[in-house]
Amino acid sequence: VDLRYSEAEEEFRAGLRAWLEDAVADLAPEPDPDDWPGRRIFDTGWQRRLYEAGYAGIDWPKSGGGRGATPAEQLIYIEELERAHAPYVGVNFVGLLHAGPTIAVEGTEQQRQRYLPGILKGDEVWCQGFSEPNAGSDLASLRTKAVRDGDEYVVTGQKIWTSFAEVADFCELLVRTGPEGSGHKGITWVVMRMDSPGIEIRPLRTIAGSTEFAELFLDEVRVPVSDRLGEENDGWRVTMTTLGFERGTAFVSELLQSIELLSQLRAVAERTGAWEDLEMRHRVGHLAAELDALWALVRRNVSMAGSGQVPGAGASVFKLSVSELRQRIGELGFDLISPAGLVWDEVVGPWSAPEGPRLSRGQRGLRTTELVNTWVNGFSRTIAAGTSQIQRNIIAERLLGMPKEPKRDEAERRR
Amino acid sequence: MRFVLSDDQTALAAGMRALCAGRFALDRLRNSESKLRTFDPAEWAELGRAGAFAIRSSEEHGGLGLGMVESVVVFEELGRALVPGPLVAQALSAGIIDGAIDGTSVVGSVRRPPSGFPAVIPHLGALSSLVVVGEDGLSVVDPSSLDAKPAARALDPLTPIWVVEGELPVGEPLGGAGAAEGWSYGENLLSAALCVGIAAATLEMAVAYSKDREQFGRPVGSFQAIKHICADMLVRSELARVAVQAAAVVADDPETGDPIRSAAGATLLGIEAAVENSRKCIQVHGGVGFTWELPVHLYLMRARVLEAVCRAGGDLANTVAERV
Repeated sequence: VDLRYSEAEEEFRAGLRAWLEDAVADLAPEPDPDDWPGRRIFDTGWQRRLYEAGYAGIDWPKSGGGRGATPAEQLIYIEELERAHAPYVGVNFVGLLHAGPTIAVEGTEQQRQRYLPGILKGDEVWCQGFSEPNAGSDLASLRTKAVRDGDEYVVTGQKIWTSFAEVADFCELLVRTGPEGSGHKGITWVVMRMDSPGIEIRPLRTIAGSTEFAELFLDEVRVPVSDRLGEENDGWRVTMTTLGFERGTAFVSELLQSIELLSQLRAVAERTGAWEDLEMRHRVGHLAAELDALWALVRRNVSMAGSGQVPGAGASVFKLSVSELRQRIGELGFDLISPAGLVWDEVVGPWSAPEGPRLSRGQRGLRTTELVNTWVNGFSRTIAAGTSQIQRNIIAERLLGMPKEPKRDEAERRR
Repeated sequence: MRFVLSDDQTALAAGMRALCAGRFALDRLRNSESKLRTFDPAEWAELGRAGAFAIRSSEEHGGLGLGMVESVVVFEELGRALVPGPLVAQALSAGIIDGAIDGTSVVGSVRRPPSGFPAVIPHLGALSSLVVVGEDGLSVVDPSSLDAKPAARALDPLTPIWVVEGELPVGEPLGGAGAAEGWSYGENLLSAALCVGIAAATLEMAVAYSKDREQFGRPVGSFQAIKHICADMLVRSELARVAVQAAAVVADDPETGDPIRSAAGATLLGIEAAVENSRKCIQVHGGVGFTWELPVHLYLMRARVLEAVCRAGGDLANTVAERV
């Protein structure tokens, strides 16, 4: 065991850090969260700069146009981007972390050439059409239907929780090509152009008031068969590749943000006098101990990946813990500014520190608005990308080998 | 960066696990329904010959010349097997007190209680030396010189307890405040490692039972109510294990982190994992988990002993908080 980075890794870090310092300094101000066209321009502009500097698709294989960085380098990359308060991956999320890596592994040469460069350069934006109103945790029960008509599929159905739909060029879409009730054996993965006729996008308002997601209503949308990834009815396997990517290093930046947030909250507690309270200190100390343990877990997972082992379902331990922890830290922040948290407006009080360190790019000090937002948005963390309950099922069944729930047909027979 | 155990470290753990399975299997520790064998000098010496207490001592002094990482890996196994005896004090006094390194003497320890409070001392009757840990330093006391009352019944049946109600004697000085701080630091990490073993063992017992026990025509482990308890147990033991191992790496190579913060945090999580997992293990076992017959309660009570030792050493959560 060794927690020290190699010379080559430190060199990679130094180069990236130097580049980030200049790149982040001359960025335009961040657009309003609800200004989707503005966000697209900002996020893809940043992606373009990463591309030009050789940092796009850091975790993608070289054959797919990525950097093919080692897992340790990927960790350094995330660390340094967080340290520099560089822009979030934003609208590039689905392309860079889901669709792209999946196409790189499962796509034909033609598909790879068509789609991968656009993602890496920030030219094209992707969204995800997986979940449906009646297919959430039980994704394999999805019902959006694709009927073959010559060399096209005709797709009809409804998708939900689709981030970036308003500004996306493509959608990685899961459709049912098998008969009704065929479960994971009748699903196909296709690329849907978002400018196809028959797509209606309705934004969904979250409890934080933002328009983070949208619903997609698909009415006889035509998708060329050549835009299918993998074989017909093999989409579940293809999708699992994608979800595997999502559970790799995707939540590490969230952990680093939580670590930074907690040390800021200690400063807030000192300013308000709450730090005198031993119970408050115990709460902070306990959260910090858990964050340290998660950071150790990340380094273990990355070390395993670096030596060719798959952290696999063990990543569920990380996803479950990091999202639950994030929620509790949000709760702590909310408690510290009580009762200013009862409004979304900025409230100046002893917690305010105009000279404090930056929490995120362009913002000095911890603002009450931000703490309210962190608390409220925390609720999405234990739901999105596999609820905490699904994570516990995965841990119990795949890591501990506990007996599975009765299958759908068995449950129906019992009824 | 390579934060996974080496083959040698894994082999060291496997060796200790095999030794424990042979010598300290729980059914051997209990020789009748109500009587448990708490300490055996011959077995203690055997642990000593196997190097359990000599891991960090230099080779010229008869030690293995290894580090804290190897120590926590071995102590996890000792904890998993609920090996009785003052394991932590023995390992910490190797090379300092004669016979500690090979288990030919038996060394225990106690924190000097605040004035007016009794001293609660595990294993006193078996000890050849008692290390008293105070704020200002370490001292050694002859166990036979104490006016100590053996407890008729100890909470952990495998950890007999003696109570000294009067002031503890000053004893022979062994080291100053720095040595006392170092003792607490090592005591925390090694106790936390024992705790990880307890957390892992109780998880495995709960999972095994839940696969076996049937109710409503199905193994109870197929119900999410039980699954989620076990999943949380795994999360606790995994996080405690990586925290303890990371803290051990930092202990061996202090430039890679904050030794005080990482050890305090790891100890906090280790104790919690051991106490909470053994509690949940009783719950998953249902009624039989509450019976003397099953060894589940032994894990919980041992976890409580380790918790008491570490709690006496300082406020762990506050130690971490001050370093955030």
